Amino acid sequence: MHAFRNILRTEARLYLRDLPTLLTTIGLPTVILVVLGLIPSLRKPDPTFDGQTFVSYFAPSLLVVTLAMVGVNILPAVLATYRERGVLRRLATTPAHPAALLAAQLVLALAGILASALLLIVVARLAFGVPLPRHPLGFTLAFILGTAALLSLGLLVAAVARTTKAAQALAVPLFLVTMFFGGVYLPRFLLPDFVARIGDYTPPGVQALLDAWTGTPPQPLHLGIMAVIAVAAGAGAAKLFRWE
Amino acid sequence: MPVIEVTHLKKRYGDLVAVDDVSLSVEAGEIFGVLGPNGAGKTTTVECVAGLRVPDGGGVSVLGLDPRRDAAQLRQRVGVQLQESQLPDRLRVAEALELYASFYRNPADPAELIDKLGLGEKRNTAYKKLSGGQKQRLSIALALVGNPEIAILDELTTGLDPQARRDTWGLIEQVRDSGVTIVLVTHFMEEAERLCDRVAVIDRGRVVALDSPAGLVSTVAPEQRIRFRPSAPVDDRLLTDLPEVSAVQRTGSQVVVTGTGELLHAVTSVLARHQIVAADLRLEQSTLDDAFVELTGHRPAN
Repeated sequence: MHAFRNILRTEARLYLRDLPTLLTTIGLPTVILVVLGLIPSLRKPDPTFDGQTFVSYFAPSLLVVTLAMVGVNILPAVLATYRERGVLRRLATTPAHPAALLAAQLVLALAGILASALLLIVVARLAFGVPLPRHPLGFTLAFILGTAALLSLGLLVAAVARTTKAAQALAVPLFLVTMFFGGVYLPRFLLPDFVARIGDYTPPGVQALLDAWTGTPPQPLHLGIMAVIAVAAGAGAAKLFRWE
Repeated sequence: MPVIEVTHLKKRYGDLVAVDDVSLSVEAGEIFGVLGPNGAGKTTTVECVAGLRVPDGGGVSVLGLDPRRDAAQLRQRVGVQLQESQLPDRLRVAEALELYASFYRNPADPAELIDKLGLGEKRNTAYKKLSGGQKQRLSIALALVGNPEIAILDELTTGLDPQARRDTWGLIEQVRDSGVTIVLVTHFMEEAERLCDRVAVIDRGRVVALDSPAGLVSTVAPEQRIRFRPSAPVDDRLLTDLPEVSAVQRTGSQVVVTGTGELLHAVTSVLARHQIVAADLRLEQSTLDDAFVELTGHRPAN
């Protein structure tokens, strides 16, 4: 525990040292929200979105941005780099286990995701009157399971990629698919219906987030799929992960 | 009392036999060299000693413990510097040492270690900004920060310029003088000759020789050569009659005598008895380089 705490502190310091990347990762969804929110017509209730504003409708998709960036992009890249450069191997020769470094990276990824989500929700509420998630329990559950599914996929990428380049080659398509089905590139109401339905079941499960935000309890099937992906990808990553 | 004992070690990677049959023992307080051509099984051998790999056969005992079963204990007592192990770019020198020091029960003082390794002015420098020699010294510092009883150093000076290499050698001698047993994997013969008390030469997964560097040279490549210009004519027979001499050649005014054993003493004595002065006298002895070629059929990397 002692080693883990010190590693966590050091890794946190390294993230803080790269402030531009950190701010982009955490702040990008909120910046997009503000830009869209400045367009008056997007702040008007619209029957297309069951009487919500476009900004309210789009906010869950913006959550996907940080989740995808951290989960399938940054996490596997950092871990693959640490393995490729022998950081994990060197740690394996000390009394600290390299798993402590992996755990520290997961904690920091979660912290970044959480900070980004809170910033988005608070700014949406204060600046654009987007109500706070109306089904808090369902929202928390959907958020936790969606995050877990994406982080597990990120770990799986880190586990199977031998090099940093290979990790990127796997992570980039996964990132694009996550963003696309999450309705980030094109709002989901513009997507063909079957594509939007697929998006209900791809991590992080944006429909469950939208449902819970607007007050409908998320569907058990949506949540269940996220749990299954999280467990399956996590178990695969644990089995396949190589320290060197 | 040996601190490391390896007996009939075997290690395969798929079909490739990395270590076929390696036995050696390292005594407390010595600098023990592991030499061999690339791919001979040096690194695999020390990785089994460090507990990073599981042998397929044979035994390894370190400080009387089993590197796999007693891994937790040994990680406290054995420091390892691996080939091509880097650190995160933004991590600073002092941070790295303080972090690694925190893993050990009785660590060295990181600040003192930084000074001792000549990194004092770089303590707040990011890893990325260090030169090759500084990175290497930091890597050595990390292997020593736990106050180990044994330090295993793999390819210590590869990629360093000659000055940095010599500085590193001085440092290793200091570390040994403080009582640490050192296992040094290298393919630089000059390094082994300068530092090691004993060396094991490994070739194709087997130990082909194990001796002090000087002992290796005299048994494997014992030939010596003396060149001089005599002050008066010398009869060849005067020299060829000596049991130490195997051949005498002349090139211009120069005489070249080849032989073994106490060749220099024998030749200079006989010349002195005949009142002949040997001008420009030079003794050429085989080096560990020659012994290495003799043993492995490879030229050592340079």
